[in-house]
Order: sequence, then C-alpha cells, then structure tokens
Amino acid sequence: MSASLDVVSPGAAEQAEQFHPEPEQELLTMNFGPHHPATHGVLRLLCTLEGEVVRDLKPIIGYVHTGIEKTAEDKNYWQAIPVVERMDYLAYYFNAYAYCGAVERLLALEVPKYAQYLRVIHLELNRIKSHLVWLGTSALDLGAVSMFWYCFREREQVLDLFEMSSGARMHTRYIQVGGVADDIPPGWVDRCRTFTALMRRRADEYGALLNRNEIVLQRLRNVCIVPKERLLELGVTGPLLRAAGMPWDLRKADPYCSYEDFDFKIPVGTIGDNYDRFAVRLAEIYESCSIIDQAVDRLDDVEGGHIADDRKVALPPRHELATSMEALIHHFKLVTEGYRVPPGEAYFPIESPRGELGCFVRSDGSAKPARVHMRDPSFVNLQALADMVHGTYVADLIATLAMLDPVLGGIDR
Amino acid sequence: MPDATGLELIAQDLRDADAEAVLETLHFREQATIIVEPTKIGWVLERLRERGYSFLASVHGVDYYPEEPRLGMHYELLDMEAVDRIRVKLRVHTESPEVPSVTPEWPTADHQEREAYDMFGIVFTGHPDLRRILMPEDYEGYPQRRDFPVGGEPVLFTYNESQGADYTQ
Repeated sequence: MSASLDVVSPGAAEQAEQFHPEPEQELLTMNFGPHHPATHGVLRLLCTLEGEVVRDLKPIIGYVHTGIEKTAEDKNYWQAIPVVERMDYLAYYFNAYAYCGAVERLLALEVPKYAQYLRVIHLELNRIKSHLVWLGTSALDLGAVSMFWYCFREREQVLDLFEMSSGARMHTRYIQVGGVADDIPPGWVDRCRTFTALMRRRADEYGALLNRNEIVLQRLRNVCIVPKERLLELGVTGPLLRAAGMPWDLRKADPYCSYEDFDFKIPVGTIGDNYDRFAVRLAEIYESCSIIDQAVDRLDDVEGGHIADDRKVALPPRHELATSMEALIHHFKLVTEGYRVPPGEAYFPIESPRGELGCFVRSDGSAKPARVHMRDPSFVNLQALADMVHGTYVADLIATLAMLDPVLGGIDR
Repeated sequence: MPDATGLELIAQDLRDADAEAVLETLHFREQATIIVEPTKIGWVLERLRERGYSFLASVHGVDYYPEEPRLGMHYELLDMEAVDRIRVKLRVHTESPEVPSVTPEWPTADHQEREAYDMFGIVFTGHPDLRRILMPEDYEGYPQRRDFPVGGEPVLFTYNESQGADYTQ
C-alpha cells in the first residue's frame, strides 16, 4: 500500500514546477460553495490558495440555470413577462421593464407619460429594495448580524407597497407592454411618501451604524481595488464602475422612461475599493428616494392613462367588456393568440441596481418572440471577481463577493 | 445611435479599408447594425473601437432557423462619451459554426462567448477557455437552437444518476 503511494510518475516534479513557478508555500485548491451562505446564491468558486492568500479564482456557475430564455420563446409576448421577471429575482421590475421596453421598441409603441412615471416610481422602489437586500446580506457576511434584520424591516414596507399596487409582493407582473397593469390604488401615494421619508432616516441610521464601525472599515477600506480602465475592459457597469470614479449611469447618460424629468445625482467613488462600492450603493438609496418623491409629486400633472390606448396591444378596460362587442373581441384575441410583433431585432438597455441590464428581443413576425436574451449585469460583473481578489486574503474574498452583489438567478437565468 | 447617414459613413470607411469586411447595413427603429464577414469580426470591432465605440456592452447568439446561414452573433458596442450604440452582426452556418474569438482584445466577451458556445454551438477560435458555462459539462446538444425541443428531458437527480440516467435521451 505504502509502496504504491511512493511511486511518482516521471516528470511530475518538472511539470508541477512549470505550472506554478517557485511557490513559496504549497498551493492548495479549495472549493468554495455552491451551497455556502456567503456566496449569495449557488455560486461555486474554485480558489487556488497559497496559505491564506488567493492566487487564482475561477467562478463555476449554472447551478440554477432554468432555461428561462428558452421558455420565453415558447410563450406569447405577454406571457413571457412573468418568465423573464424570474431571472434576477431581486430586480424583477427591471427585468420586466427591459423586456417590455424591447418589445415596445419593436412595436414602435408610445408609452403614456403617466405610465412612465408609475414605472419610474416602482423601478426606484425596486432599486431601494434590491440595495436593502444587498446591504443586509453583505453586512451579515461582515459579521454585523443586526443589519440584516433592519434592512429586511424596510424591505417589507417596499413589498407592502408592491402588494398594494399589483397584488403580489415578488414577481409582480406589474409592468406590461404599453404601460403598467393597473393604476395605483387610493392611499398609495401617501404611503409611498411616508416610506421615502422613513427610508431616508433609516439610511442615515445604517450609515451611522456602519460608517464609523472600525471592523467594517478595516474589512472594506483599501481592499480589492481594481482601476476603472480594467473594469471597463471587463464590461463592468453599475455601482461597481461608479465606485471606481466613472460617473456612468444610463438613467443620466441615455435617459429612458422620462428619467430626464427628474433631478438626481450620480454617486461616485474615488479609488474603487470595497468601501466605495458600499458607499455608492448607500448613497443611491437617497437618490432613489428623491426620484420617487419628485415622480409622486407630479403624478397629478402628467398626461395619459396607466397603459397605452392601443387596443391591438393593451387589454381593454374591464368595464368595457360588458358593453362593447369590439372590446370583447380585442380581449379574446389578446388573451388567446396574443399580438403579433413586426419582424426585427431590438436591444433595450436600462440601469438596473447592478448595472446595464439589456434585453435583446428578436421577432419573426409571429405572436411569440424568436429570441429573448438578457445581458445580465451580474453575469458580466462576475468576471471581475478574479481580478479583484487576486493576491488578497480569503476573508477579503468574502467581503468582495458581498460588495460585488451577484444575483445567481440573473447569472444563470 | 448613429442615424442612417452616419451608419453609411461608418460602413463606407470600413469598406474603403477592406472591401470584403462589410456585407450590409441595417437601420431599424433608430438602431444601427453593421453586418460583417465572420472572419473580419476582430478587425471591424478594432476599427470601431478607434472611432470611440470602446465598450463592448453585450454579446449574444441568435438562431435564425429556418433561414440560412442559421446562426448569428451580435456585438453591442457602446461609445460612452458620445453615448452612442452600434450593433455588429455576423452569420455562420451550422456545419462550420466557427467565429474568431474577440476575448483576447475584449476580455468582457469571455463569459458571453462561452454562453453562445454552450447554447448555440458556435465555436470561437482563439478563445482561451472555451467550455460550457451554464449547462453541465457532459451535456449533449445546444439547447437554445430553435430545433431543440422544449421540455421532455429527464432531470438528473442523485437517485437516478446511479441508475445510469443521462441528461439527454
């Protein structure tokens, strides 16, 4: 038994030397995940360690691949909305909007201003909610357990607002092609204002808890810096890019959905370490609150209904079904066959909580999309992880992964 | 987005430098598309980078079944200073689905080319690490192709793995 262990294949030593020139310590390959609470999902990382130092890292993904893009090809255009919503499960309004925006571009459909404002309000509430989940789980990774409960307390309030306006807390199917599913109910606006006022105060408290916390600062400051030039090469967008000092935000740079009407700032970092990534997201919560307040204030002044008036695309109002034969026919055709979309291709990028979320839709002229593809920011941003953690400690890997904010539902789709 | 004239100017510049690179241009719903010869993709992207389109926003595969050539690759380029987008598109046959990889010049394409390889079977020559990314490594077939059926395939659980069940039948 022991004799067989001593047998070493000829040239093995030379081979090992060739692959790892002069390791100071023996290199250890460690498997991290996929079922590990700090991976924020089912992400598997194959790390090569030299003692405590990460020398190489390869992300292995696909554990929650559910073929959503394939499923969407088998559905009518309107039936595909709830399917694509389930990709990035923290940013479902964004998924739905990217998809609907691409279909609207193919249809050359104009969305009423009022519907655009309702979309903005819900998108920004969703952004706050997504950042709260990120902040809570990231702080948990850094050892601040109580942050998790505080953040989920406010997240509940956002979910309550979603439940009020759409009937569902998650995967609401609120955004439709042409507008949104329904107008907001009475009392929603007041509740929304109360929430933004509270959220600002809570964000102050979060900042007070973490910004002067020596443990958090030591874990985040000057850790895992990647310059913005490298981030751009790797296609990184969103808060990670802004943290490195590049003020790139599609809401400002290439406004869609009436974002040009609102006055807001783009928080940027200075050096692009983990602390900047944290600070940028925390600052974005305030900006989102400000956008929501402005949109809610102007809701009474903007024109149009909650959905486009095109009966070939949008469902007719419920009350018309009892009195109008034409409305009934439209309703029947839309629900059974769906609407046909002119052949062509469209790419519709928006700024999701994690970066550029683009939806590519190809139509072949039928009632089902011929191809739906999401350029998910988590999927692309994950490529930067190896660069970020190269040469740092395993503990910093955990902190960096938390600050990367990957959502595996979006990565694997 | 460059307007229709701007797109033609870009295409003409590319044609002047290499007569065979650009096959067609397309302007649809304010989106500019250049359709290029598959072997010239690296060269075209490099010329567009010189024009300011320095950010490769997205790379995705498309199956144009039943049209031929069936498979397509799209490269969404972005000029962050002029806030301008342009799409470069190429088409290859399923018999020889080979496209030169742009990963060495555009590191962001790494995962996305692997995804296109995984889902459509497009082979990127020169890609440093072309493996399946979302599907299991021993998976057979390219699930995003239009002639790949939806559903009906057995799911591999631990209990049927020992019974010799496979991903595809």
